[in-house]
Amino acid sequence: MGEIVDTSKGIHRGIEEGRDLLRFITCGSVDDGKSTLIGRLQYDTKTIFEDQLEHVEDVSRRRGNERTDLALLTDGLRAEREQGITIDVAYRYFSTPHRKFIMADAPGHIQYTRNMVTGASTANLAIILVDARKGMVEQSRRHAFIASLLGIPHLVFAVNKMDLVDYDEAVFDRIRAEFTNWAAKLQVRDVVFVPISALNGDNVVEKSAKMPWYRGTPLLYHLETVHIASDRNLIDVRFPVQWVIRPQSAEHPDYRGYAGTVAGGILKPGDDVVALPSGFTSKIARIETADGPLDEAFPPMAVVVHLADEIDVSRGDMLCRPNNQPIVGQDLDAMICWMVDRPLRARGRYALKHTTRWVRGMVTELQYRLDVNTLHRDEAAESLGLNDIGRVRLRTTSPIFYDAYARNRTTGSFILADEVTNETVAAGMLLSPGQ
Amino acid sequence: MPSYQLSHLRALEAEAIDILREMAAERERPALLFSGGKDSIVLLHLSLKAFRPARLPYPLLHVDTGHNFPETIEFRDRKVAELGERLIVGSVQRSIDEGRVAEERGPRASRNRLQTTTLLDTIAEHGFDACIGGARRDEERARAKERIFSHRDEFGQWDPKNQRPELWSLYNGRLRRGEHFRVFPLSNWTELDVWQYVKQEGIELPDLYFARRRQVFRRDGMLYSPAPFIPLLPGESVFEETVRFRTIGDMTCTGAVKSDATDLDMVIAEVASARVTERGATRADDKFSEAAMEDRKKEGYF
Repeated sequence: MGEIVDTSKGIHRGIEEGRDLLRFITCGSVDDGKSTLIGRLQYDTKTIFEDQLEHVEDVSRRRGNERTDLALLTDGLRAEREQGITIDVAYRYFSTPHRKFIMADAPGHIQYTRNMVTGASTANLAIILVDARKGMVEQSRRHAFIASLLGIPHLVFAVNKMDLVDYDEAVFDRIRAEFTNWAAKLQVRDVVFVPISALNGDNVVEKSAKMPWYRGTPLLYHLETVHIASDRNLIDVRFPVQWVIRPQSAEHPDYRGYAGTVAGGILKPGDDVVALPSGFTSKIARIETADGPLDEAFPPMAVVVHLADEIDVSRGDMLCRPNNQPIVGQDLDAMICWMVDRPLRARGRYALKHTTRWVRGMVTELQYRLDVNTLHRDEAAESLGLNDIGRVRLRTTSPIFYDAYARNRTTGSFILADEVTNETVAAGMLLSPGQ
Repeated sequence: MPSYQLSHLRALEAEAIDILREMAAERERPALLFSGGKDSIVLLHLSLKAFRPARLPYPLLHVDTGHNFPETIEFRDRKVAELGERLIVGSVQRSIDEGRVAEERGPRASRNRLQTTTLLDTIAEHGFDACIGGARRDEERARAKERIFSHRDEFGQWDPKNQRPELWSLYNGRLRRGEHFRVFPLSNWTELDVWQYVKQEGIELPDLYFARRRQVFRRDGMLYSPAPFIPLLPGESVFEETVRFRTIGDMTCTGAVKSDATDLDMVIAEVASARVTERGATRADDKFSEAAMEDRKKEGYF
């Protein structure tokens, strides 16, 4: 595909072996046929192994189920199988000659928001399952809203069980129109609707002969070809320093390299950079990996940057371009999702992790709690409980260097941890000041 | 116009290096669990890519059951010497001698389960607060729900129902005294990814992974290597077969598969068309019950 820069060890600008990586999340409940769809995708891409299938058949039989219950493939824990529920996000893998897929499968009911937010945080795409007989229900809107809140750039509505509505085009059109009207409020760039029957395999891998009116592509083809290269921010150079490599050995007495993962933009040797928070400036002398020097680095590459001058840079600092700097601040506006039973209260103090930096933070104000079903803002709310989403204002002990989440998902996100138990209690998405 | 897209292997590599660096920065006393198996060899390779030209910020830690394949130990010692890195060995034999665990009896005795005590004792003795392991989510049902930074309480236990949510690539490396993490940089890799990466990087593996004529015996439908510490049962006999190992663990519970894959390309072709998971094909330790792995993991297993 793209041209080759360095053939020594397969560092390509383009895609080597013709395969890249797509992370997506499936949203829906068992009733929507989600497990069947996942089973279908894994089975048709030959990802389910015989011993896994045997195991599932065996357990289904022992439980007296008539049908092989493909949900058992995704329910990994004893308690899940015993109670017939899914507790936690499971990650599944399959690949085609074009792409490798990492699928986050979030359970339908219990702790839904917490789990979906977790799975959605790393996803490029969300598949939202809709039962053709029921249309857009409250749950579908909730899924779409969370996907949009978490900045997932691509949404796919898989309108399932088309076999139960006689593959009727009018049903599909009505669902699509219903959603399109409502979705005007959301910030999603790319929305696609696919009519499917996961049970019969219609429009999952192969185009269905039963729905000739459908002009689009089958679901898997869409997953294989959706354009994800522009999902990352390649404009604003952001390099959070993660680790300083200083061998101090006889062989490398003066070696000093800044290791980290590119969070935004394209870094090149010769570029002027400024280090935050110090404000010292220098030039990129070279960019290295263990495979040799690079003439550019982009997200999410893990590289080592060398500067032309000896300036003081350490973990938690950020390199960026002097004429394109992130917001520097310690009064932060953010949307957060609360993830533990113990509620958030105003004036609560937490440890806050942003890129490679921990600071202490205090929630100074809860502006509103959002009803994820109606999008109603409850400004009288005094706390956030498990699975609640709200807008808050935080004050940190020292400034962080950030972008609005809508501009960069890496430099715009943070987590809060309880300072005593160390549990992760919230996921946060930063807003630009005045947003 | 360049596409600025990484291949899936480069993306997985970058993620793993990011995890290793983050763990080294967030924890004071990490260790790399090194078994001489392919996943831990890949982890060692990724560690070198993350930290060279400096030395690794953590030692290698091997839990030696005393029932390893001799090739594994030879490979381990040679690698450590070549790289000049530190190796710490936790010995199951010592745990037995000191009365910390009791040896299982009978022809099917295995030290596999005893490793957990030795591992937790070694972690406590050296004060390790993060152990990097090669476990992958595609390996086994319980592992599909494992975090990348997986929390262990002061008893070394995993609580699968109460895991910390893991968001973006913001790993929460905070601990209380006595607790530790298991960190799994290969979480998102599949068996095939590992093999393709081994090829891309030219990583050396023990010969056990390639098909050769080897002495084996059959038990419970699986092929095992004979060893002085595995007494044969009536009706069992040793014969020669062309086999290779898809996983390499303790000899008492690691089965071989019939195979003609004598080199890397042939192994990749075989893995790509395999219809049985690697643990299902070769690991007796997961076959005891529906939740064998989950139970062992809760106790503190790898």
